[in-house]
Amino acid sequence: MMARIFAYIVHRAGVAEDTAAELAAAAIKVDAAAPATAIVCGWGAELDAVCESLRASYAEVWKIANEALAYPNAELIRKALVKVLPPGCIVLVPHEHFGIDLAPGLSIKTNAAFVSDVLAIEGIEGADLKVVRQEFGGQANAHVRCDISSGAVITVRPGACKPLEGASLGGAVVDKSADVGTVNAGRRYLQTLVAEAGDVDITKHAVLVSVGRGIQEKENIAIAQDLADALGAAVSCSRPVVDAKWLEKSRQVGSSGKTVKPKVYLACGISGAFQHLAGIKGNPFIIAINKNPKAPIFQVADVGIVDDILEFLPELTNKVREMRGVSAK
Amino acid sequence: MVEGIQSAAQVTSWLVPGQSLFLVIHILGVAAFAYIVAKRLVPLVRAERDPRFDQPLARVGKVLKFWLGQWKHPRYRVAGIAHILIFAGFMLLAMRAFTVLIVGVHQNFVMPGLSGTAGHVYETVTDYAATVVFLCMVFAIVRRLVFKPARYVVPARYGKAHTADAVFLLALIAILMLADSLFEAARAAGQAQQGLPVELTTVLSLPWILKTALAATPLPMLGRLYFSAYLLHEVTFYFLLCYRPFGIQFHVETSLFNVYFAKLDKGTLKPVRWGVSDEHLDQVKSFGVKTFEDFTWKHMLDFYSCADCGRCSDNCPANAVGRPLSPRFITIKARDYAFQHYPMLGSAGNGKPLIGTVFSEDEIWSCTTCGACEEECPLLIEYIDKIVDLRRGMVDDGNVPQSLQKPLKALESRGNPYGKMEKKKADWANAKDFQQVCRVKTLNQENGADTLYFVDSITSYDDRMQSIGRATAKILDHIGENFGILGAAEKDSGHEVRRFGEETLFMALRDHNAEAIKASGVKRIVTADPHAYNALKHDYKDVPPVEHISQVIASGVKSGKIRFNPVENAKDVYTYHDPCYLGRHNQIYDDPRNVLDAIPGLKRVEMSRSRDRSFCCGGGGLMLFYEPKEEERIGVKRVRMAAEAGANVIVTACPFCMVNIEDAIKVAGLEGKMTAIDLAELADQQMARESPASEAAEAVELRPEYVTGR
Amino acid sequence: MEILVCARRVPDTSENEIALNSAGNDIERDELVYSINEPDNYAVEEALQIAARAGGNVTVVTVGGEDDEEILRREMAMGANHGVLITDGAFAGSDGRGIATILKAFVQKGNYDLILTGVQAEDGAAQVGGMLAAMLDYPFASLVNAIEVLDGKKLKISREIEGGNKEMNEIDLPCVLSIQTGINEPRYVGMRGIRAVASVPIPTYGAVELGVAAGTVGEAAAKVKRVDYFVPTLGRGAEMLEGDREENIEKLLQLVAAKGGLK
Repeated sequence: MMARIFAYIVHRAGVAEDTAAELAAAAIKVDAAAPATAIVCGWGAELDAVCESLRASYAEVWKIANEALAYPNAELIRKALVKVLPPGCIVLVPHEHFGIDLAPGLSIKTNAAFVSDVLAIEGIEGADLKVVRQEFGGQANAHVRCDISSGAVITVRPGACKPLEGASLGGAVVDKSADVGTVNAGRRYLQTLVAEAGDVDITKHAVLVSVGRGIQEKENIAIAQDLADALGAAVSCSRPVVDAKWLEKSRQVGSSGKTVKPKVYLACGISGAFQHLAGIKGNPFIIAINKNPKAPIFQVADVGIVDDILEFLPELTNKVREMRGVSAK
Repeated sequence: MVEGIQSAAQVTSWLVPGQSLFLVIHILGVAAFAYIVAKRLVPLVRAERDPRFDQPLARVGKVLKFWLGQWKHPRYRVAGIAHILIFAGFMLLAMRAFTVLIVGVHQNFVMPGLSGTAGHVYETVTDYAATVVFLCMVFAIVRRLVFKPARYVVPARYGKAHTADAVFLLALIAILMLADSLFEAARAAGQAQQGLPVELTTVLSLPWILKTALAATPLPMLGRLYFSAYLLHEVTFYFLLCYRPFGIQFHVETSLFNVYFAKLDKGTLKPVRWGVSDEHLDQVKSFGVKTFEDFTWKHMLDFYSCADCGRCSDNCPANAVGRPLSPRFITIKARDYAFQHYPMLGSAGNGKPLIGTVFSEDEIWSCTTCGACEEECPLLIEYIDKIVDLRRGMVDDGNVPQSLQKPLKALESRGNPYGKMEKKKADWANAKDFQQVCRVKTLNQENGADTLYFVDSITSYDDRMQSIGRATAKILDHIGENFGILGAAEKDSGHEVRRFGEETLFMALRDHNAEAIKASGVKRIVTADPHAYNALKHDYKDVPPVEHISQVIASGVKSGKIRFNPVENAKDVYTYHDPCYLGRHNQIYDDPRNVLDAIPGLKRVEMSRSRDRSFCCGGGGLMLFYEPKEEERIGVKRVRMAAEAGANVIVTACPFCMVNIEDAIKVAGLEGKMTAIDLAELADQQMARESPASEAAEAVELRPEYVTGR
Repeated sequence: MEILVCARRVPDTSENEIALNSAGNDIERDELVYSINEPDNYAVEEALQIAARAGGNVTVVTVGGEDDEEILRREMAMGANHGVLITDGAFAGSDGRGIATILKAFVQKGNYDLILTGVQAEDGAAQVGGMLAAMLDYPFASLVNAIEVLDGKKLKISREIEGGNKEMNEIDLPCVLSIQTGINEPRYVGMRGIRAVASVPIPTYGAVELGVAAGTVGEAAAKVKRVDYFVPTLGRGAEMLEGDREENIEKLLQLVAAKGGLK
């Protein structure tokens, strides 16, 4: 089984996103023997920089330079890809807002099978690729088989595949721009409106640092924010924190607040009241840190630590920063 | 009859004899008043029907108590006493006023029955009455302008202050009293100067003071004063008569009717449409109140009858925390709408939607239906039915806040607002370690019982409130009650579903539960949830009689079946918080208190707001899901009241009160200093049981459930 | 403007506990309650608002069986003008592509300017909208959280991208959009409204009416098949970390990284 494997590379400002390395690892899971090709669309020096950076982890890097593709418009990119992708290939795409936009239509236009938001890739068996997906908002996992005999488009959940360490494949950059030519689509990008600072939408974050009464004072919220910044997470809270006006209502998780479906939920100084837990769906990994060993949250958490959050969180934050090589602000 | 001074009837000014002038004024005044009242009645004629003509004796009783007896007025002592005096004065002065008016046309007119001694006595009484009224007017004006009681303040969003109009009216009444007194005084002074017997003998009354002041005034001047005072009286009287229906003073005329037609029962809700049974409701095109004309005539009469006293809003918990609801302005705005759209001249404009123009959505959703406003209103104006009707209208239009849609959808699919599975409803009772302490049977074909313990949603599913369920079960077990629960067959009582305007969903829940109750064959129902209690008592038909657990414990205490052990910590100070649906709506105030007082060594204090003045905890049922815009949580205010009363333990008898109060203790920063416990939990905890050794062991084991602060 | 919303009836995620059945190969379906897929409900509300602003009709269509009619009725109670059920034994077991094929056939029977669908359903696939658009050769946009009708030929739309940012696009009609939750505040559908439409006839379409070739849909044609469900092992209560603070932090971060919490 030696279908060619392509990985669509999402990049910004000349830097490939983490998913690029993850897809390289995912490709190996699909078929360790098949060489993986990165496919990158864009324009100018930034595109070149990205292509260069991918040479270590990919056997080949296909570059599609087209001014119309300077901003990644999935409709245009799909048309471009269709012109260069060989029939029967497997295309890996990250399952995020761009991938969701691109992939399903791509599978139709390349007459390939489609399976999305794959959590784990188990390998090829006969004509099928075996993968694991989640359903019901993460409450159930499923083994899925996808017939890849005429190709497949697969979107992979970001973070699901750990990037390989020390890859140095030294792939060549191949310019496929000419094969693409001009592309037009019925959708045109206008601009991006950047969210205002106060507009944190906790329902869209995969990791939440959630605080309860145990944070004790408004000033201490900063401790949680530091951790959230280090983790790339958002700060959410239980109701008493909103009532005390330490955080806005938009941060509240609970039956009279927001319903969140993160992957990881750090419940810091939260007792675990029924009304609060009602706002957490999708079976996230819950870590509870609370001074009170009898706090009900420990019944529902996956991991529990009995400790004072006012001391624990700053140390945790320092460790996270250390791991990421970021110096403390 | 006066000599020396020409009677008003005989005076000719500008060629018009007084008699004719005043006759014309009478005719015009009465005609204008009749026209105005007729115009005011127009919307009532177009309004929805409202059967208020039943039980005349009970209604007369209410009139005697609340209208004549001014029963509610002293709840605000100073203003209450002043109003009682004014009201008594008006009542007493009524016949005198009539007499005075007629005298302008028939100068010798005397009220039948009021000649001779009776007349003199009446004159004396009314002289003082007019004085008192006058003094009250002065007092009221000073109070309005100088002392400015907080409840009269008009928040900016409702427009400008009503002070000018209030003072204007008070001044007019004062002028009326003055005119009447001057009329009498001028005549008496004239009589005195001519050596005639003086009919005015009431020392230090207003007429007397004026008479003394006029003692030296020349006769012709007195004559002119006499006539002017009369004219002033006439004009002021008729001006007031015709002006009153344009403002809050209309209550002078409408109060009698408003009290007569007031709602007789508590805790109930008006049906979607009077006269339309549940089965025929699908023929009704539109549910609830969407336009002004959807209100019933009695509701419109309520709007007319508001005296703008502000007592309702002063006691409204939503208003106290800055929610956009002020009951006073619900009424005033509706009244202003009526005045604007049903003008004296021109045609009536009608059919405009109220929500979004007169009322905001949040204003209507903010109400916890605690009933404090209705309890306070001296004119017995009703609020809850109107709020529910407005909510019905919004629900009918699909205009429901997102935060409420989730629990409503869950109620529809799962029968409880949390979306939990039906089969888990009895998990609280079936926990293995609890089953060993107290077996709670689920009623079905094989298992019957005399008594049903109706648990309702929050006590069944909320892990904190489940301990109330267990305590209740243990109490029933202890007194040897043969009881059971419906388990998965029990759906939410629907109490809040109904009060939030989703009548159809409520009926589905009610019908399901009523059938399950009937099938169980029980003869009585017990519940620890006052909302379920009120629903089963007033919203459900044809179900066995229902009691609240506090009543059961109280009668157990009385009969001796229940005895309590002394409290552990003698230093604790307990206070009882009256849940709205146990206290105000159902007037169960004493049973819970008697239970507490039966616990040896328990020190109990009363909060200043208790019994029918109890301050709502914040609301139950669907209100727990609503996201109001407020400055502070209602529960926090209540918890501070408990602290002020010197208590460190709040006892309540409602699971929703428990949720709100426990949360509030944390938010108020009183964790560790204040705790809350349910009456059933406390009774169970203190229960003196047969075998001390094993019971004590149980009590110790189960006590951690009552550990406060979550 | 003729608007079509493709909707699906799914087990309600908040009112169900998803558990494996005793055989361990599927979830326990006996006591599930179902409702319309939440993003589809937002799509219907959006369609109703667009129709109210720009004039038009809203049709809601679903592929399924008799049980699925209830969501059509609910959306009609909400205000949709028409509800259509596409049902045929031959459609059973279709994968996403199969569903899109069926819907494409239905779309081509009508004259729709705008086709909306929810961004994803309970299986999280987020595929049908994009596939349908590609099959029809209509422009597509996913994760739409704002729609402005520019004129009869174009829309201005906003897509939800990372960090709460909004990607503004112009898109030609006819097009397919997949709608993200939160785009609007869906109106409430009360029990009364649902009862009122309980007897409204709902037209059905099968394979023959649509002209769908048997080999392109149904289980046999499906390329993606779910083999079984399984639930990752859940401990009873939390695994308490008993070490000192430093040890706990180490262990904690390991676990977080494994769950994808450290990007």
